[in-house]
Amino acid sequence: MSDLNQRMIEKYRNDFLKEVEANVEEGEWVKMCMQCGVCSGSCPLGKHWAHPPQEIFMMIRAGEREEVLTSDSMWMCTSCYNCIVRCPRELPITHIMHGLATYSKKLGLVPKGQPTATFAEIFWNNMMKKGRVNELKLGLSLYFKDGFGQGIKNAMANQKLGMAMMKAKRMSPAELFGGHGIKDVGGLQKMIKKAQELEDARMKKFD
Amino acid sequence: MAKYTYSYYPGCSSQKGASSSNLMKSVQTMCEELDVELNEIPDWNCCSASIGYASGSELPRITLSARNIALSEQHNSGQTIVATCAACWLATREAAERLEHDPQLKAEADQALAEAGLKLENKTPIKHMAEVLVEEIGFDNIKAGVKKPLEGIKIAGYVGCQTNRPFGIHGESFENPVYLDHMIEAVGAESIPDYEKKVQCCGGALAFSEPEKSQEMIKGIIEAAYDNGADMIATPCPLCQANVEIYQDQINEKYNTKFNMPVVYYSQLISVAYGRSAEDAALDGQIIPAKKLEEIAKK
Repeated sequence: MSDLNQRMIEKYRNDFLKEVEANVEEGEWVKMCMQCGVCSGSCPLGKHWAHPPQEIFMMIRAGEREEVLTSDSMWMCTSCYNCIVRCPRELPITHIMHGLATYSKKLGLVPKGQPTATFAEIFWNNMMKKGRVNELKLGLSLYFKDGFGQGIKNAMANQKLGMAMMKAKRMSPAELFGGHGIKDVGGLQKMIKKAQELEDARMKKFD
Repeated sequence: MAKYTYSYYPGCSSQKGASSSNLMKSVQTMCEELDVELNEIPDWNCCSASIGYASGSELPRITLSARNIALSEQHNSGQTIVATCAACWLATREAAERLEHDPQLKAEADQALAEAGLKLENKTPIKHMAEVLVEEIGFDNIKAGVKKPLEGIKIAGYVGCQTNRPFGIHGESFENPVYLDHMIEAVGAESIPDYEKKVQCCGGALAFSEPEKSQEMIKGIIEAAYDNGADMIATPCPLCQANVEIYQDQINEKYNTKFNMPVVYYSQLISVAYGRSAEDAALDGQIIPAKKLEEIAKK
């Protein structure tokens, strides 16, 4: 459990809805849910959610803090936006799910080894290095996320696909050495550092 | 001077040697034919797509897109931004709207942008290339330039998620958009307006992190195309294209299917129909060759 998590528990004791409204992207919309269930029925990966969005909204209001924030449900969101366009109350459900996932990560509550959480972090770090995604390194980091042995196995299993992509010039070994990037990497990194500081400061106000 | 001029945001996957470099190549060919000038946004960066959110929470993520808009305003002043990637378009437009409606967020993004010496006006319209084709150029004009109609090819128009939701093309239904079918007809091919999976999710970025769950959905997308007698699938989205094309071997192995369904871009259809070569249409970028298109391109 992180310190931030402990501080938030103390601050919002018994009022998880308020905590979500204050700290989760688009969280102020949660109370608008009328429990119709269209979101849950519209989700392409719906059957894989331990708690589909409709349930998550009710659990937030019922104060089921730990159950929500440690759930891997939100990580099932594929960002297809089906729930958003179908919600009769026009809640930005996709963004709330992203927001809950992000908040859970900030508090150190993501289930260990959750594959999409792992991939999301690999993606962000990959992109931040040079300002653009290096697809080859992204793929390799994903193969090797569970150690070297498993990495080799994964790479072998996908060897045929990799060769086909290279033949089609849609994957380039040159990406291993340098690869694409922006010129002003320094400026971009300073900019994002500042954005992160400003956002963290917003949350610190609730200390 | 070109008839249409835009500020172009190609996105990471469209770069040379990247997974949708065939999209970029065929878009360039298509735009030459349609007299559309694309001015790349100098030094554009990644939008963090639909997966960056977990590490890049709201403000950092929106600031990434704000930088691209600011660069476009500085270097391609007065030009509408056009993106060819669904995620690039969505992230950029979403950022612009959020910044417009939330003054606190805008003030903070401005502070962050200042660190990179940039200033955002946030007055630039942001469009998807499909909007340019449908709304600016129009089906009649596309049809008028066809030199080699794609006769005898039946194509399942697969719109996917993010080109269609939450913004989509003005006036189109989220459940059953028909513009891609009209585009397929405009180039002389046969469309499948009732294709059941035209807005089905392919798993998006979760095709990497949750391959089994995603491939189950991809299987449905391909199966429905076969059921409707399609010769190939056409899509506007780079991730849809890759996900639906490249895992067919793995799906065949797992489900004992015999899928071998080509998946192409609308820009490849238009390039071939306008008489350009297989190479100009980036047909050499297929993992599963689109033989019927190659034959027409060779004629």
